[in-house]
This record gives sequence, structure tokens and C-alpha cells, in this order.
Amino acid sequence: MRLQYPSGIRIICLPCTGKVDLLHLLHCFEKGADGVYVVGCLEGACQFNTGNLRARKRVALAQEILEKIGLGGDRVQMYNLSSSEAPRFVQIAEEMTQKILKLGPNPIKLARRKMAA
Amino acid sequence: MIVAKQKPIEEIIETLKGYNKILILGCNECVTVCEAGGKKEVAVLASALRMYFMNQGQEVKIEEATLERQCDHEYLEEIRKTVDQYDAVLSLACGVGVQFLAEKYMHTPILPGVDTCFMGVTEERGVWSERCQGCGQCILAWTAGICPVSRCAKRLLNGPCGGSSKGKCEINKEVPCAWQIIIDRLNELGRMEDYERLIPIKDWSTERAGGPRKVVREDVRS
Repeated sequence: MRLQYPSGIRIICLPCTGKVDLLHLLHCFEKGADGVYVVGCLEGACQFNTGNLRARKRVALAQEILEKIGLGGDRVQMYNLSSSEAPRFVQIAEEMTQKILKLGPNPIKLARRKMAA
Repeated sequence: MIVAKQKPIEEIIETLKGYNKILILGCNECVTVCEAGGKKEVAVLASALRMYFMNQGQEVKIEEATLERQCDHEYLEEIRKTVDQYDAVLSLACGVGVQFLAEKYMHTPILPGVDTCFMGVTEERGVWSERCQGCGQCILAWTAGICPVSRCAKRLLNGPCGGSSKGKCEINKEVPCAWQIIIDRLNELGRMEDYERLIPIKDWSTERAGGPRKVVREDVRS
């Protein structure tokens, strides 16, 4: 299909979203990511049964923490789609990019720059 | 094991105000098993706090370490050489560890990062429940291995109260009546005669009523 999606997205491949740890999500933001979204298989279709459900819980926890520390919980999201849904993948990429553009840059990144200056 | 739960991050932030170099100190024992204060929780909290303070424009240095235990001298000694470089230590161990640290390192504020709850079991991952209150005088031999001191809301020692209904306690329909479980198990064991045995009035002085407790064993004492 050769569909185009926003160029600001960096894909990190994992064997299963069940591998995503809360710490991975937090470290992304600590290192300056503006937003992170986890794309798992459709619920009920996990080859390891509960990998994507576990990921959803971890994303929810990351949202809670980010909200409490003032970064905004919306910067991290969970999506589910099957590997054959390329148009949906593009739609999600655009949706997330728009959301992050609205939220603005990661304040940690800005604060770090300010401290370094 | 000792079961603890993480304090809300807002509360932790409040206690850390004014400190610029903080050590978050985990414990590899009970709090690791109940996922409240092990190496992983230390890393998560440290990351969240670093981001919080940076977002506030404050230069707060947060470092991480996890000891094998915080309730033994030899493990606490591991931080002796470095503890003075911190303004405060946030311990994710149970209240025992926090206090032992505080007793050992007089010049560094030691702050708690978890709320210590009870001595209990892992029913399943994410679910822990109480089993022992350390009353100092175990009666499990006569109660089919089920403790009425920790599991009966009224700590009754000779059968259920009138609040036991359909096997549940009157305080909450989710809470099983300890005496129902005891009787069911005595039946299974064919030892209902134990139920007839009158447990005498308990001497609560071996529990908290007698003040802080201590066990001294001369045979192993160095």
C-alpha cells in the first residue's frame, strides 16, 4: 500500500506489547519524548493471551503518573489494531501526532535545555 | 511476608520538599514480593520524581539503590560510606527498615516511601491479604491452622459471633467469616472435637498491649 504516516514517529519493535514495561514508558519521557503510544494486537487476539491487556494496564498507570507529576497523562496512549490494518495504523499515527502537537513539547525537554543554558 | 503499599506520589513529593540530593533506597525482601519497594519500584519512583522536579525547574539529584534487606546491620552498612552525600534517604522498605536506617544514620533524614500494612500472603499477583498479627502466642494448633486473631474482625477465640451470615463477616460481604473457615476445615480434618475445646482468655501482653516486644535467644547470641 505504501501509505505515508507522520515522519516524527519512531517505531520501536517488540515481540509483544506485553513486553512494554512501565519503566520503558517513563524513561521515554525522561529522555525527552513528546508522546508515546503503544500499538498492540486486537484485544482477544494476543498470541500470548494477555500481553496487550497487560500493556493497557501499564499505559494506564503511566498516564496516572504523568498526570500527577504535571506532564499530562494524554501524552501516552494505548491502541489496538491487527497487523493487516495499515490504513488504521496511519489514522492512529496522525491522530496521535495531532494530539501531541496540541499538547506541545515535553516540558522535561524544555526544562533540561533551560538548565543547561 | 510484610505487605506494604506505595504511598501516593503527591505525599512523597511533599515530604521531599527542600532536599536537593536524595537517595531512593529499596529492599530486596518482602516489599519486592508485594511490588511496593523493590528495585523496579525504586526505578519507577526515581524516574517520576526526576521528571517532577525537572518540570518544576528544580535541580534535584535523585539516585537509586536497593539493599538485600534493610532490617539487618550488615546490609545497612553497605551505604555507610555514601549516605552522608545525600540530604535525605527515601526508604521503600517497610517501617522496620525505615526505623533501622534512622537509628543507624543519625545525621541523615530517613523518609518512608511506602505504607506498611500487615503480615500476609500473595493470594494472586496483585492481591495480598492478612494472615498474622504477631500476637506472640500462636493458637493455630486448635483452630485448624486458620487464625481468628488476624482474620476475625472481633478476634473471637471460641466460635463466631451473631454477625456471621452465609459464611461471610458482618463488616463486609467480601470478608469470609474466620470461624466459618475454621469449622469447615475442622470438619474436613475430622477434628471437630477441637471446636469443643475452650480456648482460655488470651494474654494480650505478648501482643502490642505489653509495649514494644523483643526476642532474645542466648543460645545463638554472639
